[in-house]
Amino acid sequence: MKITRNAAGWLNVAPLLAILIPFFIVPICVILAVSFMQTDGFGGIFPDFTLDNYIGVFTSELTYRLYYETFKFTLLTLFFTAIIGFWIAYFLVFHVRSKILAMGLFLVCTVPFWTSNIIRMISWIPLLGKEGLINTGLEGAGVIDQPLTFLLFSPFSVVVAYVHQLTIFMIVPIFNSLSRIDKRLVEAALDAGASRFDILRLIILPMSKSGIALGAIFVVSIVMGDFFVVKVMSGGGTASVVGAFYEDVSVLQYPTAAASAIILTVVVMLLVAAILRVVDIRKEISL
Amino acid sequence: MNAPAKIHAKAPAKGHAIRPRANGRPWTFYVLAGLFALYLIALYGPMFSIYILSFQDLKGGLVFPMRGFSLHWFEELFYQTRTGDFSGSFRRSIGLAVLVTIITVVFSFMAGLAFRKRFWGDTFVFYLMIGSLVAPGLVLGIGIGLAFTMMGLQASWYTSALGAQLSWTLPFGILVMFAVMSRFNNDWEEAARDLGASAAQRIWMVVLPILAPGLVAVALFGFTLSYDEFARTLQTAGPLNTLPLEIWSMTLNVTSPSLYALGTVSTVVSFLIIGISLGSIALIQRQRAAAARSGE
Repeated sequence: MKITRNAAGWLNVAPLLAILIPFFIVPICVILAVSFMQTDGFGGIFPDFTLDNYIGVFTSELTYRLYYETFKFTLLTLFFTAIIGFWIAYFLVFHVRSKILAMGLFLVCTVPFWTSNIIRMISWIPLLGKEGLINTGLEGAGVIDQPLTFLLFSPFSVVVAYVHQLTIFMIVPIFNSLSRIDKRLVEAALDAGASRFDILRLIILPMSKSGIALGAIFVVSIVMGDFFVVKVMSGGGTASVVGAFYEDVSVLQYPTAAASAIILTVVVMLLVAAILRVVDIRKEISL
Repeated sequence: MNAPAKIHAKAPAKGHAIRPRANGRPWTFYVLAGLFALYLIALYGPMFSIYILSFQDLKGGLVFPMRGFSLHWFEELFYQTRTGDFSGSFRRSIGLAVLVTIITVVFSFMAGLAFRKRFWGDTFVFYLMIGSLVAPGLVLGIGIGLAFTMMGLQASWYTSALGAQLSWTLPFGILVMFAVMSRFNNDWEEAARDLGASAAQRIWMVVLPILAPGLVAVALFGFTLSYDEFARTLQTAGPLNTLPLEIWSMTLNVTSPSLYALGTVSTVVSFLIIGISLGSIALIQRQRAAAARSGE
């Protein structure tokens, strides 16, 4: 019996679909359905079609403030992770001469990724706190006489925690695209009289674009979907889109929560789709 | 134009791409090496500070300086229930991570095989997978929770949470699989076909052994992503907590170093898993290199 190529393909992705349909498509459809329903305010949901939930979300000033805050954190995190990630990857690929050493240093960068994000986040507390290492150190050195309060439980510490967690998502894909640059190209450019800055601007940066885009997809989707880091690291002072959604759920306002969840999911998907226009992700990862 | 490029073509073998004019390192090397060192300090420094602080004695607080030295906070973790159900949540997290790892490795491998060739609808499946990867975790978790309630099913860590975690580890595993398979030379499989191997034999005797290190990497991702997963598990774990959920509730109401002790124990497990995985990849590759040398 000969299996056609299409049948073989579908047979092999069948287990994947057996997970994605009940645990991705169905829940999104359930939330979509609930977002058009009404509630009695005590957790009961009635299938009466209404657009009130969406109208409520769109007319609330809070929504725009939450999105403003969340976009601000996303952009700041994107900016810092891209810059740090690019230079780390650049250093490993172009400045470390031994391939084995470069691979070893690369692995050292990735190890924390495989440990708990929550623990890595709370580990900033003994450093940034009022009596933390940085403040006591600076006070001891006589630089400041009052502890710096903006270090912890502030927008600053939120960005620090995000950058700390997510820079690896930039390093890996940028490292991958930089490794694929044919070094002879760089040599040829040098011989043709290009300065090292020209090489960076005209060869290396354009060729790392796809790596940056791939990293941006992870950073954007994680920061936009996060509420945990914002909640803990801002000390409760700053809200986020998902945080507000979670509050709605905990007071059983399912339809309102569902409407804002659908809007958020659409926003994230649109952002990812916009990034995907820059990079053909499939070509990128499968060479 | 061709000739000089050819002459230099020998140089990259040594890995000197950006050649300084003099015979030393360019100044950017020192700047970037400094940046790299700072990055590593920022990456590991905070983590190690909480490991150190978890070994304080009774007087210990959440910040430096270190007060005393003892295993008090670890004992409290294991023998007292005041800080929560540590050992139960730990066992559940390990069990869940093992389940997720097995399923992720098998399903990702199969999907990786499928995506090697184009088939009708492959782009749709691919973007479905990307959608599942980027969807906000908490939203998906609550959706799964609601779907379970509507169907009258009880959410639990081995059903709803398992599925919720797989919706995140599978796309990840498949992306890793893509990277692994891009280095696989299809000629090897063709050669096996020419020698008369059946489809099952080709997978079992050619593809699997060659991809073994990559599958270990997929397993590493599956285990660690599940073991530390929080957002998707929060609303799907049912009445019994997993370890990250336990840590989360501790960050909200525990202000003693036992929180750090829990972090230390959890990270020791992560490091063990990372060590075993990377070690076995290195071992496989060493054996291969040895086999290649003796075969010559």
